Amino acid sequence: MRICLPNKGSNRKAGEISAFENNVGEIEYEKNRVVSDDTSAFFSQEVDEDMKKIIEGSHAIAEAVKLSMPKVIAAYPITPQTHIIEKLAEMVAGGELDAEYMTVESEHSAMAACIGAQATGVRTFTATCSAGMAYMWELLYCAAGMRLPIVMGVANRALSAPLNIWNDWSDSMGARDSGWIQLYCETAQEAFDTILQAYRIAEHHNVLLPVMVCIDGFWLSHVYEPVNVLEEQDFVKPYQAPEIDVDSDEGFKRIKIVLDPKQPISMGEYATPQYYQEFKEAQQIAMLNAKLAIKEIHDEFAKKYGRSYGNGLIETYNMDNAKYAIVTMGSVCGTIKHLIENEKIKDVGLIRIKSFRPFPTSELQKALERIESFGVFEKVCSPGLGGVVFNEVKAKTNKPGASFIGGLGGRDVTLDNVRKMFDLIRIKDENIHWI
Amino acid sequence: MPKNNNKSKKPKISIGGITAKTTLANKTGAWRSKRPEVTDKCAGCGVCVEYCPEGCIAIQAVKGKRKAVIDYTYCKGCMICASVCPIKAVIEKQEK
Ligand code: SF4
Ligand code: SF4
Repeated sequence: MRICLPNKGSNRKAGEISAFENNVGEIEYEKNRVVSDDTSAFFSQEVDEDMKKIIEGSHAIAEAVKLSMPKVIAAYPITPQTHIIEKLAEMVAGGELDAEYMTVESEHSAMAACIGAQATGVRTFTATCSAGMAYMWELLYCAAGMRLPIVMGVANRALSAPLNIWNDWSDSMGARDSGWIQLYCETAQEAFDTILQAYRIAEHHNVLLPVMVCIDGFWLSHVYEPVNVLEEQDFVKPYQAPEIDVDSDEGFKRIKIVLDPKQPISMGEYATPQYYQEFKEAQQIAMLNAKLAIKEIHDEFAKKYGRSYGNGLIETYNMDNAKYAIVTMGSVCGTIKHLIENEKIKDVGLIRIKSFRPFPTSELQKALERIESFGVFEKVCSPGLGGVVFNEVKAKTNKPGASFIGGLGGRDVTLDNVRKMFDLIRIKDENIHWI
Repeated sequence: MPKNNNKSKKPKISIGGITAKTTLANKTGAWRSKRPEVTDKCAGCGVCVEYCPEGCIAIQAVKGKRKAVIDYTYCKGCMICASVCPIKAVIEKQEK
């Protein structure tokens, strides 16, 4: 089903603000969003040039992947990610997307297939979450170590045991040290836009790292939102294999990195203690380069399509006169923005981390500069330490901070929860709280 | 920050561990505990050549007949050739 919404003439009254709204005018589509109880109005609206579809977060990712023209998609289903790859399978079967669709026997194989395919010089995609990502673990490090610009969708889900299929960040947070860039999205539109940017970031010649585009399982993957789906794009160009300096029998020489029996190369070679560390150092440098690339590519996208998300690394909201800040990631930011907007809160602002790897150290420090205290809300716990995101943020600032762990295994984060967190931040609390 | 005195000694690397050098020096034949042997049944169809992960099987003329010939310097004994051969022409022996 396809529904077209107009891009002008919102019939929303001032009070009817959705959870994801009022993003200081930065996200164009939000301003134009139509909120109405009369759904028949949706169908009768005139079609404007700016097409929106009401689609799930999963399908927003699939649509953006289609536009990015991958040649190989290897995937194994797992809730709540499955809709992404199902939609892509449909697109391939229907001839909308010219790609090889590999139904592999596991996530371990899905990543192995993407690694092999990407090494032959084509663009690839896969998606996973939870236990699937855990099973993919070994290969995540291989993809990053071989510097293959694979893009993967992640519909964040809790890990067993006890068995739980709902949202938290335990899966991708565990992979934070795997060498993958990690971008966390707040809305389905952002997921769409981030996939397009992710291919550009991954393939940037100063980066060459794989990228995970993370959306909250169910909260985003299964929720229908209006998404401006581009009919076509020239933001992501057809894939060009990277050209890099490699060691050869004639010394270092620049070659195109494509596996080809006619010109044999080895990838992810054996590295002895004398060499291994240099490869990790090179990954760290690439991650730092990625910070610049993420910002540049985000700005280029914003100029071209009129939608932006902070500076691509972090997004600040209501921070101009705020004395306190709440730091978090993902879809819960919608609830927080809703509360701030509805209750006209002036003293607390929101800092949303979009890029968790590379970690936006200097950007966070700048955003926290003028505030008195902060709190970090996160849907992950590292037993024995506490909040993962909290500890990373706290390591970069000496401001008093509270750690909030909640929303685990899909638990709802209510407006009351957010109010309580704001109150604790205001009294400069520095404890761990279970929300 | 402590000074990194090793800086000058840092080895140059190609990112991703990618090299255009030959790996023929890595003689994987020493890993083998099982030994595949191509019997006279072999029809020289070449299926095993495609599947061998070491790329160490070649179809050659043996006594005027096309036959798979294994290079044991590199054959690591994975036995994939035996499992993919459509006519079970490869048998498994224990490496001594
Ligand atoms: S045992 Fe494995 S390595 Fe040896 S020839 Fe057969 S397929 Fe190749
Ligand atoms: S697959 Fe079997 S029959 Fe075909 S070449 Fe190999 S050993 Fe011979």
